[in-house]
Amino acid sequence: MKKTKWQIFTNGIFKENPVLILLLGCCSVLAISVTVKGALGMGVALTFVLVGSNVVISLLRKVIPDKVRIPCFIVVVATFVTLVEMVVEAYLPDLYNALGIFLALIVVNCIVLGRAEMFASKNGVLDSFLDGLGMGIGYTVVIVGIAVVRELLGAGTIYGIRIIPEGYQIGIIAQTPGGFMMFGLAMGLLIYCLGKKGKKFDPRIGCDGKCGNCSIGCENAIKDIVPDAKEDKEAAK
Amino acid sequence: MMSEGTKLLLIAFSMIFTENYVLVQFIAICPFLGVSKNFDSCIGMSGAVIFVMTLASAVTWTIYNFLLEPFGLTYLQTIVFILVIAALVQFVEIVLKKFIKPLYKALGIYLPLITTNCAVLAVTILNITEKYNLLEACIDGATAGVGFGLALILFCGVRKALERAKPPKCFEGLPITLIAAALTSMTFMGFAGIADNLFH
Repeated sequence: MKKTKWQIFTNGIFKENPVLILLLGCCSVLAISVTVKGALGMGVALTFVLVGSNVVISLLRKVIPDKVRIPCFIVVVATFVTLVEMVVEAYLPDLYNALGIFLALIVVNCIVLGRAEMFASKNGVLDSFLDGLGMGIGYTVVIVGIAVVRELLGAGTIYGIRIIPEGYQIGIIAQTPGGFMMFGLAMGLLIYCLGKKGKKFDPRIGCDGKCGNCSIGCENAIKDIVPDAKEDKEAAK
Repeated sequence: MMSEGTKLLLIAFSMIFTENYVLVQFIAICPFLGVSKNFDSCIGMSGAVIFVMTLASAVTWTIYNFLLEPFGLTYLQTIVFILVIAALVQFVEIVLKKFIKPLYKALGIYLPLITTNCAVLAVTILNITEKYNLLEACIDGATAGVGFGLALILFCGVRKALERAKPPKCFEGLPITLIAAALTSMTFMGFAGIADNLFH
């Protein structure tokens, strides 16, 4: 059954949410979700790169030879990231400082490369556009959601507007441990809520090893790259 | 003014402990969560990361300072660096396969995964923003890799203990792993400030 355009679009927001369900690109989610402003900026930047690279890769999918496709994808993605970097640095210097290295790290964000490999290189331009937009929105929703909670508890503000009076903040929420904790709690809460409705929710690391060039290094990917790795080990014994 | 040796020590110390990539700066979380299930793959992955990071630091530093900067091409930094890393990883893989078989057997599986490892790109870019010289850049790369390995191996132990624990049903699997990661990173917060007092 072929997916409708609407299904392709919403796939990234709910069913295959890149952050909460596939656990892709979680570095930037954890690091940037300290302030809502930064999170929103990051979400928009990533959505732009995703949509742009998906469209271009989909247009070029018949030209790119299969063997060198990953380097080609990386060049396309890196071009868009450089564009975003320059625009943000020129017009939004505050945001540029807040995002820091994570803006450049969109190049190696698993979501972008993963969508290029799994979707854009196999589908038409319009479908790829919708897929990129959906995935980008899915990412933005999660990162902003976590940022709202972290900024409220960690700094007592939301989007810079003070809500909890000074002196009642939990500083650690805004620091590294708080990021991991909030992300874990959000995931646990989602499983709990869906479990009550009788739905099954199964977050898993990575994408079943479908993209052989993924830094996650899930067991599936390792098996994929070296199918005889296991046999080698047994032989060594 | 700090002497060169002290500066190198300071870089090493802060990369491994106070500014640990994984547990303090949130770089390279994906392999941290993906690989840390198995002790052997932790060792292999950290070895490959240390190796590639040191090499990549040296190569990208040279390219930036002798090619990009003199010709005013610094805006190409991101594109050039990621391509250089990708090519370097391929090259290292081929060389190891041909000449150093045992090392290839130990690290080979992890090499393709490193191209898209954020830590490698991050270290090369940070070397430039921090204006390190070549030696400092190499030390920075190597010790950032060591820090990554340390976090990975520590967390592998934590996960082993988690397997025996029984969290509430909705927290089983990944959620409790993330909470454990929060506790592990909290231990690294204890190092904050040590570097300043040790080296000044």
